[in-house]
Amino acid sequence: MDAQAMHIANGIVNGPVSAVFVIFAVAVLTVCVWKARADLDDRLAPMAGLVAAFIFAVQMLNFQVLPGVSGHLLGGTLAVILVGPWVGALCVSTVLIVQGRLLADGGLTAIGLNITNMAILGTAAGYLLVAGLLRVLPKTPAGIGATAFIASVISVVVASQGFVLEYALGGTTDLSLPAISGTMAGVHVLIGIGEGLIAASTVVTVAKVRPDLVYALRRFRKPVTIEAEAVA
Amino acid sequence: MNRKPGWFLAGGLLVALLLAGVVSNFASGSPDGLDATARDGCAVDDAGEITGGTCMAQKEQAHQMADSPLADYGVKGIDNPYLSTGLSGVLGVLITFGIGAGGFWLVRRREHRAA
Repeated sequence: MDAQAMHIANGIVNGPVSAVFVIFAVAVLTVCVWKARADLDDRLAPMAGLVAAFIFAVQMLNFQVLPGVSGHLLGGTLAVILVGPWVGALCVSTVLIVQGRLLADGGLTAIGLNITNMAILGTAAGYLLVAGLLRVLPKTPAGIGATAFIASVISVVVASQGFVLEYALGGTTDLSLPAISGTMAGVHVLIGIGEGLIAASTVVTVAKVRPDLVYALRRFRKPVTIEAEAVA
Repeated sequence: MNRKPGWFLAGGLLVALLLAGVVSNFASGSPDGLDATARDGCAVDDAGEITGGTCMAQKEQAHQMADSPLADYGVKGIDNPYLSTGLSGVLGVLITFGIGAGGFWLVRRREHRAA
């Protein structure tokens, strides 16, 4: 049987802090829509819809990481590689909004917190890592697979620490923050490894079948490569 | 390299539907990393109810959409758990694709190139 709630529920972080993060999330996503327009053409728009639907599906697939503890894909890094950072953040947000509105997963009061951690922090960390790693790793299916794995592990841990920050600001129970931070980081390293394997196998598959549909292979290139291609 | 993504989209959507509709029934039922951390410090009985201790999850409040027809990854009125989970996954994938693709299509860049 699948786990029924996977995201931050209502009441874990207090109302004022939750509200601040709703405002923060709306502001950042507005910028994302603005920036995404430059990337979204007739071909990327349906692809981005597919990436959102795929992330929704894979988020249902909780895998065991410890006895009594499971994890699921967050999807930020996968989205960055397939559709770019701005569209990617919007894909993950779309999933979180559908889950919160229709499937009662992730409190509506907590939607700003969940979007901030998974769609904004996770995607931003994934983007910085993917852009950096593709400067040194080859732009081949193997290179993009290794990039997806490493960036996923780290971005999931970063997203987990977003929750710790939110809990530090508005947690409703008096608990040790270093302990929460350590527990979250530890378990999310394991979840990140699972996410990394899923993200890597997905992008390697797409890179082999349709390399032209992998955003990171088309856009994250050194200027030299583009000039070389222009000459050729 | 300018092939239309139609077949790829159809194939990808089929994979997503199979994952959410079928494979989801074999997913782990344990609480995820966040939920497990939220229960850390509390005693929890077999039904998942908190029986004592101090933890974040004690302050958890009910979800506003708990009465939604698709709440908790099940379809209201369908008793078979496999069918209920699978159908909620299929509907979730289709709705997410519809909202995502439709929304991105609306904000896409429209270029009017001559030739």
